[in-house]
Amino acid sequence: MDAFTTHTGIGVPLRRSNVDTDQIIPAEFLKRVTRTGFEDGLFAAWRRDDTFVLNDPAYAAGSVLVAGPDFGTGSSREHAVWALMNYGFRVVISSRFADIFRGNSGKQGLLTAMASQDDVELLWKHLENEPGSSVTVDLVSRTITAGDIVAPFEVDDYTRWRLLEGLDDIGLTLRHEGEITAYEKARPRFKPVVVAV
Amino acid sequence: MAGTLAEKIWADHVVRSADGEPDVLYIDLHLVHEVTSPQAFDGLRLSGRAVRRPELTLATEDHNVPTTPGPILDPISLTQVETLRRNCAEFGVTIYPMGDREQGIVHVVGPQLGLTQPGMTIVCGDSHTSTHGAFGALAFGIGTSEVEHVLATQTLPLKPFKTMAIEIEGQLPDDVTAKDLILAVIAEIGTGGGQGYVLEYRGSAIRGLSMEARMTICNMSIEAGARAGLIAPDQVTFDYLRDRPHAPTGTDWDDAVAYWSTLRTDDDATFDAVVRIDAATLGPFVTWGTNPGQGAPLGAAVPDPALIPDENEARAAEAALAYMGLAAGTPLRDIAVDTVFVGSCTNGRIEDLRAAAGVIAGRSVAPGVRMLVVPGSARVREEAEAEGLDAVFTAAGAEWRLPGCSMCLAMNPDKLAPQERSASTSNRNFEGRQGKGGRTHLVSPQVAAATAVRGTLSSPADLEPAHEGSK
Repeated sequence: MDAFTTHTGIGVPLRRSNVDTDQIIPAEFLKRVTRTGFEDGLFAAWRRDDTFVLNDPAYAAGSVLVAGPDFGTGSSREHAVWALMNYGFRVVISSRFADIFRGNSGKQGLLTAMASQDDVELLWKHLENEPGSSVTVDLVSRTITAGDIVAPFEVDDYTRWRLLEGLDDIGLTLRHEGEITAYEKARPRFKPVVVAV
Repeated sequence: MAGTLAEKIWADHVVRSADGEPDVLYIDLHLVHEVTSPQAFDGLRLSGRAVRRPELTLATEDHNVPTTPGPILDPISLTQVETLRRNCAEFGVTIYPMGDREQGIVHVVGPQLGLTQPGMTIVCGDSHTSTHGAFGALAFGIGTSEVEHVLATQTLPLKPFKTMAIEIEGQLPDDVTAKDLILAVIAEIGTGGGQGYVLEYRGSAIRGLSMEARMTICNMSIEAGARAGLIAPDQVTFDYLRDRPHAPTGTDWDDAVAYWSTLRTDDDATFDAVVRIDAATLGPFVTWGTNPGQGAPLGAAVPDPALIPDENEARAAEAALAYMGLAAGTPLRDIAVDTVFVGSCTNGRIEDLRAAAGVIAGRSVAPGVRMLVVPGSARVREEAEAEGLDAVFTAAGAEWRLPGCSMCLAMNPDKLAPQERSASTSNRNFEGRQGKGGRTHLVSPQVAAATAVRGTLSSPADLEPAHEGSK
C-alpha cells in the first residue's frame, strides 16, 4: 500500500445520501478476478444520466469525492473501493460512513474523511460554484482546504498511522504469530472443524 | 465485570490486546464464496502465504450460479466459479460446488451443517454473515482484504463495537413474521442507526421465535447499518443443533452446552443504546423506497416526501419515489407487481418455503405475474420436495428452481427487466439490485405468496378462501 500524507485534486460534489455499494458498483461488474479494471462499473447506473456530476467534463478527472451521509452502506464488496480508486479517487468526504466500507477503504489506502454535514454543505456549494476547483486533504493535520474553507475531519488514530506509514495489515498481525499459536493451543476441543460430509 | 453477550464472545477471542491498537481477534469459522475471494487468494499467492487453518474454512458457490439446470453460460461468471474451485484445490479448502448435496447460499449452508454454533466468531466476505448471530455467535461481513487477512492468519485486527439492545417484548400478532419485525426495526432506527454497533435482539417476542426466524432477524442487521446482530442461545438453539453433522457429540456436546449456557448478557450489564418495540403493535410490513429503512405497514400509503422533516431524508424519498414510479398517497395494497421472488439468505429456508406454500396452496399465481421460488440450499430443496412443497408451488403456477442467491442480487440470469416491479423476500431494495432499472418491494414469504395470488401487495388476510380440499 502507498503511504498517504496529503492529497490535492479536483473535488466532486455528490449530493446524495445513502450511497450504497450497489450504486458505487452494481453486482454485474463484480465478476472480475483481479483488483483492477473496475472503473467502468463505478456509479454505472448514474453515469448513463448525462446530468450526473462525473459526466460534467469539469469534474470528470476528480479525485476527492464529497458525498452525503451514510456513504458505502449495504454489501461488503471491496470492489466499491477498487472502483473508486481505479477511477482515480483517493479521498471520500462524508459526515457518516458505513462500517464495512470504511474498513475496506483503510486497507486499500482510500481515505474516508469524516467531516460535519455543515462543512459538507459548504464544500458542495463551493465546488458547484467553481466546477473543477481543487480540494486539499491533509492527513497529518486532519484538515480539508478548498477556497476559503478550512474544515477539520475525523479519522481514527490507528487507520491514520497505517495510512501515513503505508503499512500492510497482514504483515503487522504476523509479527504476533507466537500469540496466535498460543491461543490456538488453548481453544476448546468442541469447536467445529470443516470436513467434507 | 458484568458484560453483554457480544462483549463476552469478544473477550473469549482476543489473541492480543495493546493500547492504541485494534485487538487481534481469533476467527473460529471463515466462510468463502466466489465473488469476494479471488483477489484474496491471489494476494496469498503473491506474498507466498498459505491458508493458516484450511479446516476452519469452507467454500460454497452461490452468488453466480444459475437456478435452472445446466452449466453456467455467462463466461465471466464461469471464470469466477472456476477460479474458486482452483483456489480451494490449491490451498486445501473444502468446497461444495454446484450440484453437490451440500451446496447452497453460504449463510444457509453453515447453520444446516451445524458449523454455526454459539459463542463462535464467524466471518465471510459477505455482509449478510450477520445471519449466524441467531445462534449467539459474533458473525459479521468483511471485505476482500480482510478475507485475505483471515486466510493468512485466522485472525482479524478489530476495534471493539458498541452494543445496542433491541428489546421486543410482548406477543407478535399471528400474521406477523420475523421479516415484518426486522423491517419495522430498520424503519425505526434507520439504515445508519446501527453503525458501529452490534445489535442484541432480546425480549419475549425474540425468545418465542424459531431458529430460522431468528436467522431472518439477524440477517438484516446490516440493513440497519450494524455489522453484526445476535440473540442469546437457549434451548431452541441447542435443540436445533443437536445431531447436525458438525455438532459436538458425547462429552464434547455436554461441555459445549455448559459453555453455551453461559453466553448471555449479565443482568447488570449496560448497553450503549437501547431501542424498545412493542411486538403487539406490529403488522405485515413492506418497503416502498430504495433503501430498507423506507418501509411502512402494508395498510399504509406511499408517504409524501414533502411531509418528511429531515431535508436529506425528504430528498432521498423523492428520488426513491421517482425511481420506483410511485405517487405519494397511493395505498401500498394497490401497487401491482410483475414478479414475486421467494428465496435468499433472508427467507430461503424450509420454514419460509412452508409458509409461502401454506398461503398459495389451492390458489393460483395471478395472470401476468411470474413467481420464482428458489430454495436457499440443495438440502432445503430436497426437504421441500420430500414434503411436496414443489408440487404446491408448481400447481399454483410458480417456478421451482435450483438453489442459489438468484434474484436477490441478480448476478445470475434471474433478473428484473427495467421498470419491472417485484415483491421479494430478499434483503435489499437498492436501485438496480434485482436488475438494471428493476423496482423492489421487500416483503415476508407470506406477503410474497399472497401478492402473487392477488397481483398487488397483499397479506394472506386479503385473500379469498382457498379452493376446497387442496389446502
